[in-house]
Amino acid sequence: MAKELWKGNEAIAEAAIRAGCDCFFGYPITPQSEVPEYMSSHLPKAGGVFVQSESEVAAINMVYGAAGAGMRAMTSSSSPGISLKQEGITYLAAAELPCVIVNVMRGGPGLGTIQPGQGDYFQATRGGGNGDYRTVVLAPSNVQETADFVQEAFDIADQYRSPVVVLADGLIGQMMEPIEWRPVPKRQLPAKDWAACGKKGRDHTNVINSLFLNPEECDALNQRLTVKYAEIEKNEVRWETALCQDAEVLITAYGTPARIALTALDLLREQGIRAGLFRPVTLWPFPEKALGEIAAEPHVKVILDVEMSSTGQMLDDVRLAVEGRKPIRYLGHAGGIMPTVEEMIEAAKTALKEAQ
Amino acid sequence: MAVVYEKSRGLTDAELHYCPGCHHGIIHKLIAETLVELDLLDGAIGVCPVGCSVFAFKYFNCDMLEAAHGRAPAVATGIKRTHPDQAVFTYQGDGDLASIGAAEIVHAAMRGEKFTTVFVNNAIYGMTGGQMAPTTLIGQRATTCQEGRTVQQAGMPIRVAEMLSTLDGCVYAERVCVTDIPNLNRAKKAIKTAFQKQMAGEGFTFVEVLSTCPTNWGLTPVKAVQWLRENMIPYYPLGVIKDKGLEVR
Repeated sequence: MAKELWKGNEAIAEAAIRAGCDCFFGYPITPQSEVPEYMSSHLPKAGGVFVQSESEVAAINMVYGAAGAGMRAMTSSSSPGISLKQEGITYLAAAELPCVIVNVMRGGPGLGTIQPGQGDYFQATRGGGNGDYRTVVLAPSNVQETADFVQEAFDIADQYRSPVVVLADGLIGQMMEPIEWRPVPKRQLPAKDWAACGKKGRDHTNVINSLFLNPEECDALNQRLTVKYAEIEKNEVRWETALCQDAEVLITAYGTPARIALTALDLLREQGIRAGLFRPVTLWPFPEKALGEIAAEPHVKVILDVEMSSTGQMLDDVRLAVEGRKPIRYLGHAGGIMPTVEEMIEAAKTALKEAQ
Repeated sequence: MAVVYEKSRGLTDAELHYCPGCHHGIIHKLIAETLVELDLLDGAIGVCPVGCSVFAFKYFNCDMLEAAHGRAPAVATGIKRTHPDQAVFTYQGDGDLASIGAAEIVHAAMRGEKFTTVFVNNAIYGMTGGQMAPTTLIGQRATTCQEGRTVQQAGMPIRVAEMLSTLDGCVYAERVCVTDIPNLNRAKKAIKTAFQKQMAGEGFTFVEVLSTCPTNWGLTPVKAVQWLRENMIPYYPLGVIKDKGLEVR
């Protein structure tokens, strides 16, 4: 199939339409506004519903309503807007409603900047709202993957009755790249017989709810979610490696920095330094076991985690996976500054020297 | 033997949890009867709030969604836009709708969302234990204004039906109460009109029902009705506040 030039944000919207998204609810925020813009024009033509909401809070609750009534629903935003959606996301998780939430991350905290960032890792992977819940988090590192993942996200959401987050960043959202509209794997999906879409002859009412005042009932919900999350951890964990088979310095990175790291690997190897990359593709579930096994290989001397975050957030998961078996160093920028190839090379060399 | 009265099949058999003298049960009944009489029950989808009526999903015999506090109009927007031929309603109290959910109700009305909101105004936060609401009257005592609400501290109470009626998308707004049979009949008619206009696709429809809260007002059910008549109705006048259909005619 011929490749087409697509801007990341527009590819997100088009991918959703191709995946059968019934409705999109969104609010403008840079750097993701092209998603609702594209949706406003193209989704109704495809038979879907677009509403520009009064706030991100309202948008996520419109998703709750439509998803609860059995629709394929989606919203997108960028970091400060995603903060506002957290209330809705915990309700969606608790009521076990499938939906797709795209975060085109920018730098924070606060209003931060409109340039790319990765400071929402904790929020996405730890459950940014109240209570015990998780959301599947897919982290693409280019426009092609973003288009693929958005399509697949709807199926993952429906399979597990769970919100799925596609965690991109401002670079991916704003960049144009040649992509292919290739078929994504389709799943066998359960019928939405739980949806509150009107009884229409059904002998019982369907109720979408997250309130369980009886402690035993609330505990039972949590137990059910725990079982579901264990199932997701078993089935859905994804990662990619590059040149790890003999790596003495192992770079860990996701999204845009992982892509930058590929260039750094080549240049490091030209200088005689055996560098490899471990890229988590799902941030939750995190590929803990896979990373732990590679990190334990005798040839790995040091791990260098690289993120668009000042203190490092995925760094916590890297530490948990490595379990102290190897030293870990960190390279990161926030505020919309991306780590460069040169910085990565320098940091990898320093890390290796310190480890030796 | 002739049946002269029976419980509406728009309600389930679940026992109501409401306090003695509270009007929620009556208001539930009026909505349930309306859905049956208009033959809308089978396709109806309701949204209940956070507040005393948080368990309304147990009582209505139709599909229901429990919304986050104040967000029912956004939830209903998501439902109605994707199910345009079905009856959709939100059932909300004054803390839920007039305070934390003020943005959602205003914008749903502005967009002319084709669902019906039944707004139960009892001038207080019921479920959380009698705190001041945006609708609490001046001088009325609540647990967060123990000497009575003052204008200096909290401003004047909000008249939601009047406020929403300024929006073009809101085609129908009426304030009613259910303190006696004539008023109960007017309330029923208002709710029915709202659902009819909704199904005719006219726009957003809104019925505000003044209600008692004997528990948090510290009054007997009978005295609570008297308090509602003497204090609430003068500030929250009953009647049709907006009927766009009539204006056009």
